[in-house]
Amino acid sequence: MSSTYIEAIRRALGDALAEDPRVFLYGQDIAGTFGGAFKATKGLAERFPGRVLNSPISEDGQAAVGIGAALAGCRPVIEFQFADFASVAFNQMVNHAATHWWRTGVPVPATFRLPAGGTPGGGPFHCQMVEGWLTSHPGLIVVAPATVGDAYHMLRDAIACDDPVAYLEHKHLYNHLRIDTDPSRAERLPLGKAAVRRAGRDCTVVSWSGMVHECLKAAEPLAEQGIEIEVIDLRCLRPLDTATVLASVERTGRLLVATESWPFGGVAAELCAWISEHGFSHLDAPPRRLSAQDTPVPFHPDLFRAHHPDAARIAAAVVETVEF
Amino acid sequence: MSDHRLALFRAMVRARVLEDRLASLYLSGGIPGGSVFLSRGQEAFSAAAAMQLRPGDVYAPLIRDQAGRLVRGETPLDAIRVHLGRTTGVTRGRDGNIHRGFPRQGDLAMISHLGSTIGTVAGWLMGLRQLGKAGAPGDLAVGLASIGDGGMNTGALHEGLNIAAVEKLPFVLCVTDNQLSYSTFSDRTYACRSLVERAAGYGLRGVAIDGTDPDACWAACRDAVARARAGEGPQMIVAKLLRLAGHGMHDDASYVPAELKSRFADGVQTYEVVLRKDGVLDEAAAQALWDEYRSETAAALAQAQAEPSPDPAQEPWTALSTRALA
Ligand SMILES: Cc1ncc(C[n+]2csc(CCOP(=O)(O)OP(=O)(O)O)c2C)c(N)n1
Repeated sequence: MSSTYIEAIRRALGDALAEDPRVFLYGQDIAGTFGGAFKATKGLAERFPGRVLNSPISEDGQAAVGIGAALAGCRPVIEFQFADFASVAFNQMVNHAATHWWRTGVPVPATFRLPAGGTPGGGPFHCQMVEGWLTSHPGLIVVAPATVGDAYHMLRDAIACDDPVAYLEHKHLYNHLRIDTDPSRAERLPLGKAAVRRAGRDCTVVSWSGMVHECLKAAEPLAEQGIEIEVIDLRCLRPLDTATVLASVERTGRLLVATESWPFGGVAAELCAWISEHGFSHLDAPPRRLSAQDTPVPFHPDLFRAHHPDAARIAAAVVETVEF
Repeated sequence: MSDHRLALFRAMVRARVLEDRLASLYLSGGIPGGSVFLSRGQEAFSAAAAMQLRPGDVYAPLIRDQAGRLVRGETPLDAIRVHLGRTTGVTRGRDGNIHRGFPRQGDLAMISHLGSTIGTVAGWLMGLRQLGKAGAPGDLAVGLASIGDGGMNTGALHEGLNIAAVEKLPFVLCVTDNQLSYSTFSDRTYACRSLVERAAGYGLRGVAIDGTDPDACWAACRDAVARARAGEGPQMIVAKLLRLAGHGMHDDASYVPAELKSRFADGVQTYEVVLRKDGVLDEAAAQALWDEYRSETAAALAQAQAEPSPDPAQEPWTALSTRALA
């Protein structure tokens, strides 16, 4: 059995629905034979009648439904059509879901699925990586799987988690990433743990979601130049597994964080600040961020490709960091 | 008939007494932070609505629902503890004043953001359906939420209410049009003649009532909840009345013209007169009732004041319930 990233998501949703009567899905265009803008729920409405429900175009309302259903004892999975539109549900996620346990002692086990990240031609409102604003608020877990196995396991873990989880799934990976095994049998790491995807001694290169694959791509030509990078996939962006990154930096003495997201604030800035603060004595070069351009995501494919880091730019930044 | 009228009046007085004490406590500097929000003038509608609910129903009170909260089982001690930020309060000093509830029992702990709870109540009812706990028509678990004329204009309200209508949920929206949202009069917040006109736009049944008349509040709430419970779908009640206080105790409401005030009665005062005229209550019984609640509130306040405030050094400072991730 083989599986793409999007098939792993569908499989995780199907398995969760089959195993747990508290699970139901609520989102735009996800029901019927249509099965969602990206087909993540294709076939599930037929398999689980009454448990895969179309919503109006009401992101705030969808998130509110998720919160209410979670409080009633369900494990709702709320699908936003694009992560970009989750901005309309920002209030419900960060002010309602994320504060609830802390304020009342009653957790909100809702999962929010956000199809995120850039694809050529998507433009400013269908390509955003939104972890910057989601991770700044306490009480919300934010995950961003980069592999087919993680797409499966982290969605199952998100649904099983008592706290609200924003699950950022990368749209470019949907059909570009495939494994030849059953994703449910892929290695399952605990929620909150980063993964070392490639070991190396010269520079720690941290990323998440789609950018992990650009980092891995950069590793080959760098190795030919004699530079071995250690590629860390954060997997979970909130909380951040700083321990795994610090342990790596202790060995390599160098840190590059590559992100498809914007340069101001956000996960890359947080990680660089944290390592500067807690790993200063291990550093042989300044921690470095490689981010998208500080503009909205452009429409034209040429502009789009120049907007965010790629393997070539990651490799060049690694060389500069190593030669510092 | 008179049984529920006396119970309604009791709930109104109990809330009035408690809030009057919280107000004087605010003025004497006894509230550690924020303001105190009074429901003065709104007790009847709030209590009448909550009195129709039963265990298993969902209740989403808002700023001016002290009466409804008491009906649902909150005690004056619970309310005072949260206002004082005591560790014994349900929010343990982490949140204050009106941002409290008993979510495990279906009594939501509002966030400030107006409109946010409407979709949450809808979601709760959808969740009960998923779990097979919604009940059968005639016996459905009902969700009842409050909103003001100001909150009616939020996107969250619209999205949540529309979802409740689409799902044909046993949902009751209690709209209190108290002429004001903070200092802004209704003519700057909506352009229809009455907010009840909006009900038709959502495909739900709406009624407009005089919110200063407790008997009218009771009748409308009883009917709306019964219809929701029977499976007739979402209901809207719009009660017209006047906020007889500032937005909060920090606000003297000097912007409210005397002429407007002269047009609205205080339901607590008028209802006592009506009930005495109707023989539900005599003077001695009325006095005993006020005295009973004054001593209840005094005892609760004394107890809460003797209880500990939170110790920052004991605070775990984590917002995640998942221990492994905290
Ligand atoms: C979304 C949102 N915006 C602003 C506020 C600040 N605020 C709190 S209460 C209030 C007035 C609300 O008016 P209304 O809904 O009519 O209720 P009332 O206070 O009259 O009971 C405002 C502006 C808020 N709580 N939520």
